[in-house]
Amino acid sequence: MALSIKILGPGCARCKSTFEVVKKAVEQTGVQADITKVEDLEGMMKYNILSTPAVVVNEQIKISGRVPTVEEIKKLLN
Amino acid sequence: MFDWLQHFADWLIYSVLKIDSPSKLGDALNFFVYDTIKIFILLMIVTLLMGTINSYFPIDKVRSFLTKRKWYGLDYFVASFFGTITPFCSCSSVPLFIGFVKGGIPLGITFAFLISSPLVDAVTVAIFWGMFGLKTTLIYVVSGIILSMIAGYTLGRMKLEPLLTDWVKQLLKNKQDLSEYQEETLSFIQRIPAIANEALSIVKGVSLYILIGVAIGGLMHGYIPTGFFEEYISKSNPLAVPLAVIVGVPLYSNTAGILPIMQVLVEKGIPLGTVIAFSMSVVALSIPEALLLKKIMTTKMLMIFLAVVTICIILSGYIFNFIL
Repeated sequence: MALSIKILGPGCARCKSTFEVVKKAVEQTGVQADITKVEDLEGMMKYNILSTPAVVVNEQIKISGRVPTVEEIKKLLN
Repeated sequence: MFDWLQHFADWLIYSVLKIDSPSKLGDALNFFVYDTIKIFILLMIVTLLMGTINSYFPIDKVRSFLTKRKWYGLDYFVASFFGTITPFCSCSSVPLFIGFVKGGIPLGITFAFLISSPLVDAVTVAIFWGMFGLKTTLIYVVSGIILSMIAGYTLGRMKLEPLLTDWVKQLLKNKQDLSEYQEETLSFIQRIPAIANEALSIVKGVSLYILIGVAIGGLMHGYIPTGFFEEYISKSNPLAVPLAVIVGVPLYSNTAGILPIMQVLVEKGIPLGTVIAFSMSVVALSIPEALLLKKIMTTKMLMIFLAVVTICIILSGYIFNFIL
């Protein structure tokens, strides 16, 4: 089953670079994953986050408040 | 601390490039070389330092700090203080606000954090230090914390909860149990890569603004006569502070590009307090942030928030001009 990865963030520069990082990591590992951006605040606040950008993998918050590195995301995916 | 750098700039401009001293071009170039290098060094120091503190006190920990213990009024200080070391991006203001209030932190204390976080950030502190010296920087930081406490307390006393937008009220009603905060157990060495990465990305993000700001500052430094602005904006003009603040509020900028220009303005006769108030208004409030906050606050509440913060900044501008 494909992983569900969500990037939470209202469209700021840091959120965009997080999206790019995750996309790159998924491409490099070849994992099946649906990457979605959650940009509306109501959708975002369903998760218990305090700062954006945040990365949610299978409904679990993995990273919040910073732009992760590609390596970090790769580790999360394995 | 930076004598060696001044020697280097002098040597580079007057000996290597063989530009006449004194000359307008030489002055401008010297200013550019000296100030850019100095700001970048300080920027690295301050971002690494704040990044390290932040790594040990991330925002989730601050929240659990504020919710779990009784602080008897000290909470305003705790919130404002930790606001200063937490890097802030205006796009985080909504999650932060809701996350704090949902965790049971009073509105006023949440506001104190929300105001101090952008007001005192690593970039502003580093550039202030480089441009105006350590003493002025400390005054800026301490007054930023006091201002956030006062504005937060004032807003807290106004009982603004009914003025939140409906979906936020709904969200707050169904209080869910907040998952326990899990502290990362990393050694200092293990934390270094993340801290350094974050610091580098902050420095990278503002470097272009600094270069442009210092370049404009350098030109003005070389070509505008000292005392030029004194006639127009002096301490005795009571409207200078409010005007500077009202111009600054809607502007969306980091202080990186503005402060180097400000330093030259001070040198040419604009009072320092007016400049500090202007910088505060630029970083603390902006149109993009107001648009985001509009989603959680009704227009009335947003107006009250903006008005209280603006008034506090104007008052501190007057106080600075009085004591500095």
